[in-house]
Amino acid sequence: MPAEFTRAQIEAIAALAHLELDPAEVEMFARQLADILAYADQVQQVDTSGVPPTAYGVGPHSVDRPDQVVPSLAVDDVLANAPDSDRPRSGGGFFKVPRVIG
Amino acid sequence: MSTPATLAETREAVVSGARTAVEVCREALSRIEAADPALHAFHTVTAERALARAVEIDTHRERFRNAPLAGVPVSLKDNICTNGVRTTASSRVLERFVPPYDATVVTRLHEAGAILVGKTNCDEFAMGSSTENSAFGPSRNPWAADRIPGGSSGGSAVAVAAGMTPLAFGSETGGSIRQPAAMCGVFGLKPTYGRVSRYGLLAFGSSLDQIGPFARTARDAAIALGVIAGADPADSTASREPVSDYVASLTGDIRGLRIGVPNHLIHQGGVHPEISRAVEASLTVLKERGARLVDIELPHSKYAIPVYYLVATAEASSNLARYDGVRYGLRERQTDLDEMYSRTREKGFGAEVKRRIMLGTYVLSAGYYDAYYLKAQQVRTLIRRDYEQAFAGGDAVDVIAMPTSPTPPFRLGEKTDDPLQMYLADVFTVSANLTGNPGISVPAGFSSTGLPIGLQLTGRMFDEATLLRVADAYERITDWHTRTPPAA
Repeated sequence: MPAEFTRAQIEAIAALAHLELDPAEVEMFARQLADILAYADQVQQVDTSGVPPTAYGVGPHSVDRPDQVVPSLAVDDVLANAPDSDRPRSGGGFFKVPRVIG
Repeated sequence: MSTPATLAETREAVVSGARTAVEVCREALSRIEAADPALHAFHTVTAERALARAVEIDTHRERFRNAPLAGVPVSLKDNICTNGVRTTASSRVLERFVPPYDATVVTRLHEAGAILVGKTNCDEFAMGSSTENSAFGPSRNPWAADRIPGGSSGGSAVAVAAGMTPLAFGSETGGSIRQPAAMCGVFGLKPTYGRVSRYGLLAFGSSLDQIGPFARTARDAAIALGVIAGADPADSTASREPVSDYVASLTGDIRGLRIGVPNHLIHQGGVHPEISRAVEASLTVLKERGARLVDIELPHSKYAIPVYYLVATAEASSNLARYDGVRYGLRERQTDLDEMYSRTREKGFGAEVKRRIMLGTYVLSAGYYDAYYLKAQQVRTLIRRDYEQAFAGGDAVDVIAMPTSPTPPFRLGEKTDDPLQMYLADVFTVSANLTGNPGISVPAGFSSTGLPIGLQLTGRMFDEATLLRVADAYERITDWHTRTPPAA
């Protein structure tokens, strides 16, 4: 477990998270993440051999329900918040993003 | 202005015709107008819409005769979706987001006759303990304007403490209802995980998040929980466990009730002496009322903060992946798709949100998953077992009592440069989110400088009725909850 993070490590984590960081943030997070993880490292002291992990405090329960068709949100309403879209009335009904192929 | 009415008084006045819903609504709006410039509890005040709704309730008063919240002004944390009303989560990335649907709690409040008057300030995406991580500026504590109101649901706590609305809702992932309730001197209830539907709550930590009320009496909190609790076809994590009659549980009788007291936690380093004194005095009051105090140990509680910040950040890094500039919210225009994602997220998120996404991404990444995330989930099991053991067997206790916050509200700016110190503010609250147990913060005194102190009670799974009974019994014999802050 790293006691400190290099610039390259921080930039690699940021790339995984699709975050662009400025140089000051890279420096700050290198220091703070190391501090927080050094503190969090105390969990390593606990003997957890044979202990199952808990994902939720309350156990899973059956969520079966009748398979009934109910109305969904109107496409126009959904696209109203989109930064860029093609509305159904102009023949579209989809979100638009920068070109990804050729 | 006179002392603000409670939820129960307000509803009674509207149903009996003593006051119109419009009068009640106008009073709430004028209290907001008077107090909010100094406190910044609200991002959005829905005055026009609220008054139209009040007119509707007055016009059809007969129809609302049995409605539990008839004419009651309500404010909601700004991470709960409201159809047609901007919902920002205090983030630049959602600054102009107008949800096309209501959260289930909003639908239920509407059916119960409530009037939404506004959306409240919070830490960005509910990440913080002071409301200072809001992209639109912090809220201030109505008891001392240079102090934080707690967080992350700080605006909702302020709205109730300052008498702007008798009822407000917040959300919790690690104490974000109970902690600001304690710091503002009001009741704050985190229901059992799964008790309340989260459909329409902007997700942060999906195994931890829960919605709950802020109120000025235990009775008001009980009424509010009764309205919002219960199964929901739109949220598969909402439990089908039957919903109790919470108001009926307020008997005032706590004779023979067993209160577990983890003395080893209350007297640990870092707990302000005035906090431990106030908690001990409260326990003496409950004992005189007939409760039995039982010393208990929660040996794994000391690992709750590290476990929480490993689990919650992992879940957050996954949940916040959706803010990428494609379907809603901010977009930084770029010709390359990957550049568009990363520039949007750089511009849209504040420092704490980025910090948690970074930490969560790291602990979930190849090579570290087992050492951090899996290990944290295993220790989470041990924390859960401590609570299960305390609530079961021959020595079983009915509730567990401890402070809500280790310190009174701190000054704005005091901890913003040191994230780890800020995280330690949650030392008493995060366990209940990790285990799923319900918890409540009860007004239980004031520091020598007049800052509120909260007593925290944690209960058995789905036993909010007992928590509310104890809170109500305590309220009947103390007057902490009746004090109003200077800024009200």
